[in-house]
Amino acid sequence: MSEAPHAFLDVRDLRVHFPTDDGLVKAVDGLSFTVERGKTLAIVGESGSGKSVTSLAIMGLHNQRRTRLSGEIWLDGTELIASSPDDVRRMRGDRMALIFQDPLSALHPFYRVGAQIAEAYRIHNDVSKKAARDRAIELLRLVGIPQPDRRVDDYPHQFSGGMRQRAMIAMAVSCNPSLLIADEPTTALDVTVQAQIIELMKEMQREFNSAIIIITHDLGVVADIADDVVVMYAGKAMEYGSISDVFYEPEHPYTWGLLGSVTRLDGDRADRLQPIPGNPPSLINVPSGCPFHPRCAYGQLNGGREREVVPLLEESKPGHLVACHLAVKERQRIFREEVSTTL
Amino acid sequence: MFRYIVRRLIGAVFVLWLISLITFWLFFTLPNILGANPAVLFAGRSPTPAVIAAVSHHLGLDQPFWTQYWHFLSGIFVGRNFGPGQNCPAPCLGFSFINGQPVWQEIISDLPVDISLAVGAAIIWLVAGVSIGILSALRPRSIFDRTAMGIALAGVSLPIYFTGLLALSIFTFGSIQIFPNLHFVGFTQNPISWARNLILPWLCLAFLYAALYARLTRAQMLETMTEDYIRTARAKGLPERTVIFKHALRSAITPIVTIFGLDVGILLGSAVLTEQTFSMTGIGRLAIQSIGARDLPVVLGVTLFAAFFVVVANILVDIAYAYLDPRVQYS
Repeated sequence: MSEAPHAFLDVRDLRVHFPTDDGLVKAVDGLSFTVERGKTLAIVGESGSGKSVTSLAIMGLHNQRRTRLSGEIWLDGTELIASSPDDVRRMRGDRMALIFQDPLSALHPFYRVGAQIAEAYRIHNDVSKKAARDRAIELLRLVGIPQPDRRVDDYPHQFSGGMRQRAMIAMAVSCNPSLLIADEPTTALDVTVQAQIIELMKEMQREFNSAIIIITHDLGVVADIADDVVVMYAGKAMEYGSISDVFYEPEHPYTWGLLGSVTRLDGDRADRLQPIPGNPPSLINVPSGCPFHPRCAYGQLNGGREREVVPLLEESKPGHLVACHLAVKERQRIFREEVSTTL
Repeated sequence: MFRYIVRRLIGAVFVLWLISLITFWLFFTLPNILGANPAVLFAGRSPTPAVIAAVSHHLGLDQPFWTQYWHFLSGIFVGRNFGPGQNCPAPCLGFSFINGQPVWQEIISDLPVDISLAVGAAIIWLVAGVSIGILSALRPRSIFDRTAMGIALAGVSLPIYFTGLLALSIFTFGSIQIFPNLHFVGFTQNPISWARNLILPWLCLAFLYAALYARLTRAQMLETMTEDYIRTARAKGLPERTVIFKHALRSAITPIVTIFGLDVGILLGSAVLTEQTFSMTGIGRLAIQSIGARDLPVVLGVTLFAAFFVVVANILVDIAYAYLDPRVQYS
């Protein structure tokens, strides 16, 4: 094990593999990133790129029997992968919490919302039922539920979609977690509600000084909330850097493709939407060399190297890492001259 | 909630009334249409036309259908008088053609057998079936799961008159006579003897149902464990025990409660095969005997009783469901 980390959350060379009858699924394959308290990291990528698996692995919620986990996950000086499942369980919901995509299915339909929040609080705090209920009301008020002292006894189906997600967030922050992981928290919500939920998450971050990991494929949300961005493809980080680096000076062709697939209302766009050609790869048969090369418009510039050598995630400038065979100058030129004009 | 229950009760009364009307017509009018007179069954061997006419008059069969039905129905609530010395107090379902006993008495005296059998077996199969189902679901495809589900498949496939006779041939008449000389003893007379005489029928009946319930529970649990809210429960940091028993079982048990209520209701009405196998004098045996002897009043009474239990079980299940699943609307 390497030396103790400096960052609050430090994920190093995380690998999450699932042995299946068809072969080894490499859902996450050598992912590293750090998040500090009060900062937000966005993990973006297509479906099946390993985003959600990463969040479940950090929380220790992967299926223990069917998963091969390696690497290091340091949370505030504690390494989680080598910790006992019971120790990780005690940290779950207390020091790290998870917000799910679909709040209707993520809340138990048979228990009252307040009881579900109070339960989360009582596991980690030795308080009476009454005190936990008061805490639940206070949390519901904090996340902006009107009349929380009455709504605390409602069932999830009596809440609207946005209120359910607020309740989920209330549950997640019930123990003042220092790490908050949100797995597509706005995907299942109305557009008008999405912005409110993101605003609420920012408020919670200010309130509890949490580190946030937000997993999403909504780049608008990323621009709104994130400080840093990891772009994932086939279980690997393709590009990693600050939001300004990745959004305004992106250097990876896959990132260009993601940015090119975003709808814009302003008419500046030279062209229509430009979807990335092809499909995300199978995680059992990841393409050799650069996993993105079959879909990459610039891959053939390397004369076969892209099919043989896996590109390393290397700094193109301090704090901005890119895994691409293209020379730094060359990809910066391509972006400047060919890509940026179409975005 | 109160209004919901009242509405369900009114509905149940209506259903029972409809059943009584149909069964009464089926047993006392349909034979006439088909050319058979129920009075003949009552009149004894080789009756003369005069006797048949007298019996018809005595039973009221010469009156219009609605009058007959009205006498029958009102008899249940206020009693009925068939003539001197033949007063039938409420609740009156008429007299047996065969032994002249009031049908109500016949059924009531057999009811403890069915209640003992159904309740005892139900407790065993619920506890055993649900526990095995949960254990199987927690370790799917494990040795325990495969063994339990294999036995459950046998349990579902083997009829009670196979397992029952097998058990009898070993434990009552065979080499290991743990339960010799089986006969029903009332619970109030001697609880120990009551239980001792019922253990074999309980186990054989429970084996059948426990197998069904184990398979059902396993399927329900496996489905529930993949739900998002189970992941939420784990994400809260709940111990796995709480996740399983508080969060997963709470959802998985709901459909099981529904089926359990109906199964018990049906068994209370009669457990024909079990009673027959173990020579128990319950309602099921009474039904078979009366059908064989074409003892129409008893057949009618037994049918109504069985319907009553099923309807009551249905109401209880609905109420329980409304209580268990908050998404169910009472209105």
